[in-house]
Amino acid sequence: MTSDLRGRIGTALGQDRVRANIRRAMDGLVVKRRNAFADAGELGQLRDHGAAIRSAAVANMADLLEELEQNCTANGIQVHWAEDAAQGNRIVAEILDRQGADLLIKGKSMVSEEMGLNAYLEARGVEVVETDLGEFIIQHAGEPPSHIVAPAVHKDRQEIAALFRSKFPNDLPAGPEGEGIEALTNAARGLLRAKFAEARVGLSGVNFAVAETGTLCLVENEGNGRMSTTAPEVHIAVMGIEKVVARLEQVPPLLTLLTRSATGQPITTYFNMISSPRRLGEKDGPEAVHLILLDNGRTRMRADAELQDSLRCIRCGACMNHCPVYTRLGGHAYGTVYPGPIGAVIEPQLQGVAVQGELAWACTLCGACAEVCPVRIPLPKLINRVRHEGVRSDVSGSGVLGTGARRKSLEALVWRLWALLHAHPSLYRAAMGLAARLRWMQPRRLGPWTRTRSAPRLAPEGLHRLVREEGIDVE
Amino acid sequence: MPDSVSGAAKVYVFGTCLIDTLFPQAGLCAMRLLRQAGVRVVYPQDQTCCGQPAFNSGYRDEARRVARAQLDAFPEDLPIVVPSASCGGMLRVHYPTLFAGTPDQGRAEALSRRVYELSEYLVRVLDWSPQDLGPQVRVVVHNSCSARREMGVADATLALLGRLARVEAVEPERATECCGFGGTFAVKQPEMSAAMAADKADAIAATGAEILLGQDCGCLLNLGGTFAHRAASGQGAGPRVLHIAEFLWERIHDQ
Amino acid sequence: MSNSARSRILARLRSAQPDAPRPDVVVPARRFDWTPAERLTRFRECLEAVHGEVHLVGGDWRQHLFGLLSQRGVRSLLYGDAGPLGASPAIGWPDPDAVRLIPYLKPVETWRESLFADIDAGLTTCRAGIAETGSLVLWPTPQEPRLMSLVPPIHVCLLEADLIYSTFAELMAVQGWARGMPTNALAITGPSKSADIEQTLTYGVHGPKELIVLVVAPGTVAGP
Repeated sequence: MTSDLRGRIGTALGQDRVRANIRRAMDGLVVKRRNAFADAGELGQLRDHGAAIRSAAVANMADLLEELEQNCTANGIQVHWAEDAAQGNRIVAEILDRQGADLLIKGKSMVSEEMGLNAYLEARGVEVVETDLGEFIIQHAGEPPSHIVAPAVHKDRQEIAALFRSKFPNDLPAGPEGEGIEALTNAARGLLRAKFAEARVGLSGVNFAVAETGTLCLVENEGNGRMSTTAPEVHIAVMGIEKVVARLEQVPPLLTLLTRSATGQPITTYFNMISSPRRLGEKDGPEAVHLILLDNGRTRMRADAELQDSLRCIRCGACMNHCPVYTRLGGHAYGTVYPGPIGAVIEPQLQGVAVQGELAWACTLCGACAEVCPVRIPLPKLINRVRHEGVRSDVSGSGVLGTGARRKSLEALVWRLWALLHAHPSLYRAAMGLAARLRWMQPRRLGPWTRTRSAPRLAPEGLHRLVREEGIDVE
Repeated sequence: MPDSVSGAAKVYVFGTCLIDTLFPQAGLCAMRLLRQAGVRVVYPQDQTCCGQPAFNSGYRDEARRVARAQLDAFPEDLPIVVPSASCGGMLRVHYPTLFAGTPDQGRAEALSRRVYELSEYLVRVLDWSPQDLGPQVRVVVHNSCSARREMGVADATLALLGRLARVEAVEPERATECCGFGGTFAVKQPEMSAAMAADKADAIAATGAEILLGQDCGCLLNLGGTFAHRAASGQGAGPRVLHIAEFLWERIHDQ
Repeated sequence: MSNSARSRILARLRSAQPDAPRPDVVVPARRFDWTPAERLTRFRECLEAVHGEVHLVGGDWRQHLFGLLSQRGVRSLLYGDAGPLGASPAIGWPDPDAVRLIPYLKPVETWRESLFADIDAGLTTCRAGIAETGSLVLWPTPQEPRLMSLVPPIHVCLLEADLIYSTFAELMAVQGWARGMPTNALAITGPSKSADIEQTLTYGVHGPKELIVLVVAPGTVAGP
């Protein structure tokens, strides 16, 4: 029986072009990160600091959010609280309505993906324009992002050129010149520049929100984030509540961890720290800045002493860049907003174990992710915990959404019998002895295993017996 | 075979269920090596399985039940040497988690502190220098993810092989990438597992080494099985596949 | 409506609070003992590595500016009148009419289209440089608004040599940023770029395609 996920994975494994694009991109990011962190001592210290800063922020989230709200409000930023995506979407729509705006330009925001914001607004007649080049590409391709940092990583130049030719035939020169990266970029630049000039409302995410000063921090390389947050009259910032950090001085270590882990850059081209709308005497900048604090399941994650560590995440993408499963598939096979190792931990929590718990099984627990996580999230440990949440019988002890929903009686019985056998040494020895004697019956075909591998063969005598024959002490 | 020195250091050996049922020679060689290195070996007959299959499948109660039996089977304060980094990792890294908040927490933690992977024990504790009697040979080493990341013994395995005078040990391209076994992963996501195993097998074959070595029989089952399947379908024989214990035993006896 | 969401969110968080709140985590910032000359060298190397252009100039920076603009066929330059640069940037230019000087006098709403379409280059000062990463730091002022360093395809920036700090952390601490933040504090490290297509770098995707820094002697710029 093949699940949807397994089906998608099977399909993705057969998509050679996408796989090649993904592999090439991931290899590059792995090398870039390694070069950026050449000093292992510095890296270790930075990760310790990052983990300490972020886990303290998660622990003190309520106090910090109140402090953030207080300082933002004092600075003139309007703070809104949204319990779920629907509420968050409504708040954005209301702000647009009040402005009489039917055009929204967006800087890249994974939280807005999580909210399904674009579809919600488009259904209400708002033109939503993604301005990050990668997001722009997938928006016009009608696809979701494949990676949380590089959304169009699954596409190569030819595919993008073909897409642009069909969508913007008048914006590209004829012939092969029109398929070069320069031409493609110029086309996007020209089209988006018109939107930057026109738009009256812009939306962005938030990388870090500093409680101490009421400051929203944004990293980017293109300048579209600055455009979206400076050119229009209204700037709407959306963030998951876990993005709050306590103090301004904590920003530099987090910033360097984020940029170096994500793309190997010491710093991004632009680092914006927004604390207020346009002040008296200033000649540009938005007249109104809104901050939407989104829960959408995060308070529930916070309530679990172990799983709350996943709220430390600073969305660098390093875990998926190093994951042997993600790098063979890309993000679409996961079918979720957040793919890869971090997705396997947070999606089951956000959407419930029944809906997304299977992601935790698309993993060998190899640990490559935890090795690179800048804030030391123990990803394999949390993935294993999600597995447990899926099948546990004592659900009363857990606040995880959908806990126990993946438990199947047959499988549970098998493990009970397995435990019975292996917890009783004499029973085990007898059973293994019997199996060895009956090994002539063992099958040559063992389901999917033997499609690509020879079947394992039981040894004629097990180690328990051989040890006696060898004269090794047994106590 | 008699012990080299009476009154010598004593260790437990945790053989693992995979070795017990499928590759007992690897376990036997491990114990012979330890004795050769001057250590008394004890193999408690009551041992069965570390519990990892159930633990990684989410069945923690069942894992704990079996793990508790192992705590009972290894009661004395002796090092526990394990010819597997995967099972060794379960004992050392995950037993404290498994027993946290239970009456067995203390002895689980105590046990976890006494666990060593085989090459780690031979190199870092015994500083054993084997005498290589074998001919010149090129071997490729698959360091399992558990060896690399859970137990941190990849370099100990390489160091141990480095002490064999006529053995050239190499690692394949993308050495740090998982082979795709992952225990139940091979059953739950067989297509992905097969894809990963195929890539790893290709990389191993590309080294041209005659022998594939590893600390973990799960990985060796995965890779060895892949090579055997390829050979059976006419794609040529792959390398000989051996657990490091078996290989070392061969080398010090010129077999 | 948002208020009840607020109280419910905070209530859920507080019911999950640990017994004792953790203290603020103070992280020792990485320090470098670079001399001013080393800071300048490091600043230059890092910025040039990301396609920034750096010129060390003296009191004749206006001539250099003219040369750079002429080379690029720049016809219009946006600058901050009555700003830190004091008198016109065109003083002493061989051909003062070659480039139209446009002071940023009025709020952007009154001339937005023109800003986007008609300006070839923008000239600003800056608040500091960061040696470790080759970054410029800008705070907007009434004289030098935010869009000046973003919209025109070329951004020229004057940086006083003694305003180069070793690290971002040092800059924030020495200048006391936590006491009061501006509308938008900005670190700029090179021209705008993207690698979204086949991981190949391409410049000027939305922000300026060129970033030119004129490093001048202390005191050249009148402002704060």
